[in-house]
Amino acid sequence: MDALLEVSGVVKRFGGFTALDGVDFMVRPGERVGLIGPNGSGKSTLVNCIAGTLRNEEGRIRFGGRDIHTYPAHRRIRLGLARSFQIPKPFASMNVLDNLCVPLLYAGEAHDQSAHGRIAEEARHILEQVGLADKAHAMSGGLTQVDMRKLELARAIAAKPRLLISDEAMAGLSTSEVDDILELLMGLKEKGVAVIMIEHVMRAVMKFSERIAVLVAGRKIADGDPQTVVGTPEVVKAYLGE
Amino acid sequence: MSNGKFTAVALAVALAIAAASQLIPNEYFFTAAYIVLQFVILATAWNILGGYTGYVNFGSAAFFATGAYSTVVLYNAWKAPLPVMIVTGTLAAGLLGLGLGWLTLRLRGVFFAIASLALAVVLYTFIVNWDYVGGARGAYVLQPREVPLGLPRYIHLLYIVMVLQAAASLIVARVIEKSTVGRGLAAIRDDELAAECSGVPTLRLKIFSATVSGALMGMAGTTFPFYLSYVEPSSAFSLSYAVNSIAMPLIGGMMSWIGPLIGAVLLGTVQQLVQVTISSAWNLLIVGVLLVAFVTLAPNGIMGWVEAWRRRKGR
Repeated sequence: MDALLEVSGVVKRFGGFTALDGVDFMVRPGERVGLIGPNGSGKSTLVNCIAGTLRNEEGRIRFGGRDIHTYPAHRRIRLGLARSFQIPKPFASMNVLDNLCVPLLYAGEAHDQSAHGRIAEEARHILEQVGLADKAHAMSGGLTQVDMRKLELARAIAAKPRLLISDEAMAGLSTSEVDDILELLMGLKEKGVAVIMIEHVMRAVMKFSERIAVLVAGRKIADGDPQTVVGTPEVVKAYLGE
Repeated sequence: MSNGKFTAVALAVALAIAAASQLIPNEYFFTAAYIVLQFVILATAWNILGGYTGYVNFGSAAFFATGAYSTVVLYNAWKAPLPVMIVTGTLAAGLLGLGLGWLTLRLRGVFFAIASLALAVVLYTFIVNWDYVGGARGAYVLQPREVPLGLPRYIHLLYIVMVLQAAASLIVARVIEKSTVGRGLAAIRDDELAAECSGVPTLRLKIFSATVSGALMGMAGTTFPFYLSYVEPSSAFSLSYAVNSIAMPLIGGMMSWIGPLIGAVLLGTVQQLVQVTISSAWNLLIVGVLLVAFVTLAPNGIMGWVEAWRRRKGR
């Protein structure tokens, strides 16, 4: 099957520091991929380059057969490339429902003014999916951590993505909360949405991923079947030392 | 309320106010009300960029003066009719907003604020050295002898123009606020990165917002030379424009179109009263004190207060 996302030879430098050093990475349509690596290995930088919030200096990023590395972030999301943020970024002056209306209006049916009624309905539907339906009219700034993470994902889902990048949506959550979010992400497979999960919670990554890629110090050192990858000596060394 | 209905109501109210106040025998009312209305327009315009979008503009005076001096140019060159002056000044200030936005809104945070302040300084220097518009000496712009519409004095006409301009500004502000664009601007204000990643074309919307905001500020300045029959750089670039157009939305509330209106009417009226009863030097001091009081006691302005009270009552 053709790749949905194709990252080849991506280099990103911050001054003299090379955060990504020629990373190759790909995702097929509907695939669930785990992206792991120690802190500072470049995972978030890679996400930022893919989503367009940072520009890579070298290399190509193709999405759905299109070269997108010159596209600003808002054009990438309209093509179906959505992300959630590691630290939740709610639109704090709006309630939860209105938060979803932003991507629904701008990434979904931006040109259809008549769709306003349908948009509220759709937003409600997504909130039901993620379990925030009863908080639709709560102000988003006052949500609990787990609800904010859910809102992050809901807002990404509202953009009707073909690929969703979940950037540490589970960090700091309890076991049952992790399961909630995991179930939510698993459910996207049925809709044909590919997911890249960046996570330190290994239990979740192993359960979720069909494939795992490992990033260490800006280079990809392993990519393949989860069980095999976590068994390779380089990966063990990167995580546990010699 | 739909946009059409709001427009109709706003225009009807504006015309009613304009007509009813013609019965007021005191000439000074029009002179004072002109200034209050000027601030209604400036505050409403400032709020489109400052309140809706979250970008603080310290250079309101630059846009206001652009409107005023484009009138001076048209007066000197052709004695152009007033409507032409209003349209030209509005467009010129809009272009200025577009240019400033295009140059500085790619950068986040305080860069726009600093650039807007610098713009006012640069334009001021430019006008002071431009002989055609009077330079530092200033220029006379005489009111026409014939007052149209059978009005008793020219200030009555200027007052009516200001009422209509204020209504137009409020209509524009409200239409933007309730539109898809308004929702995008609010998203930018709350979190620009998250907005961009939700598909909002942030740069384009910011530039749009700066253009509309600048154009309306310029519009407020277009009749100013006629108001005093004389205009010079230090009055057209007065500090009070920059300070008031920030303070009024802050005091009234920056989240909706009504906040700047309340702030401007309140603060503008108080300033006019103080000017007559105490001293004109007290004006900015009063603004400063009120600003400090509101920032500490009601950071979301009067409308924020009302909202909070309503929410508590609804519970």
